[in-house]
Amino acid sequence: MNMNRRQAMAMSAGAVIFASTGLSSTGALASAEDVDKAMMELAGGKMPEAGKVSLTAPEIAENGNTVPISVEVDSAMADGDMVESITIYADGNPNPDVVTFNFSALSGTAMAATRMRLAKTQNVVAVAKMADGSTYMDKKEVKVTIGGCGG
Amino acid sequence: MASKPRVKVPKTAAAGEVITIKTLISHNMESGQRKGKDGNLIPRQIINKFTAEFNGQQVFSADMHGAISANPYMEFTAKVDESGTFKFTWVDDDGSVYEADSEIAVS
Repeated sequence: MNMNRRQAMAMSAGAVIFASTGLSSTGALASAEDVDKAMMELAGGKMPEAGKVSLTAPEIAENGNTVPISVEVDSAMADGDMVESITIYADGNPNPDVVTFNFSALSGTAMAATRMRLAKTQNVVAVAKMADGSTYMDKKEVKVTIGGCGG
Repeated sequence: MASKPRVKVPKTAAAGEVITIKTLISHNMESGQRKGKDGNLIPRQIINKFTAEFNGQQVFSADMHGAISANPYMEFTAKVDESGTFKFTWVDDDGSVYEADSEIAVS
């Protein structure tokens, strides 16, 4: 590999900081295909439709260790219009699975918020599964700034 | 490993009101991706399941993976029709179970 001193410095600095975030690059990271596959499985063999779900995540996350996300589905949460679950995936983490929220008639609304880890800049995807079996999705790209190295 | 579950539930509500509940528990949420000083991977130890029940009925639950941040935070809603007790449960990878509960008066 041919690189000048500046590139070498940037790479090694990046590697050190990357490792110290706790999400070091041991093994392969997930890919968009992995997430697509998981979504297809959840949706029973087809891609979820866009819409209904709204995923809120910061455009830029300075610290990939705790990124606040919240997700909400436009639903009455009463007979016939129930959200069963919302699953969150991240396509650039070592493991694409993040969390599944399960709702019930006592939930009142289909809303949940938590904090997640992001290994690098990537897409976060939310898939909602309705009681009638239909699925909907939303996707947000979150830029993760690691130290001052950009990203 | 884990300690101090903290939950925020309103003390009172009107019947049929949708309330917001916030919970937090101290836990490292060791993802299983990090290497220790000896260069070996530190085994995964996270809280993998959270549930909220109201008067014995399930309201909300979450299945968590290694990508959830340390000290897992959960925010969700519940529709309350009667006074009662919320029971929150966290299940650790090592089998430990942590619990907290909170009462609400509904008028």
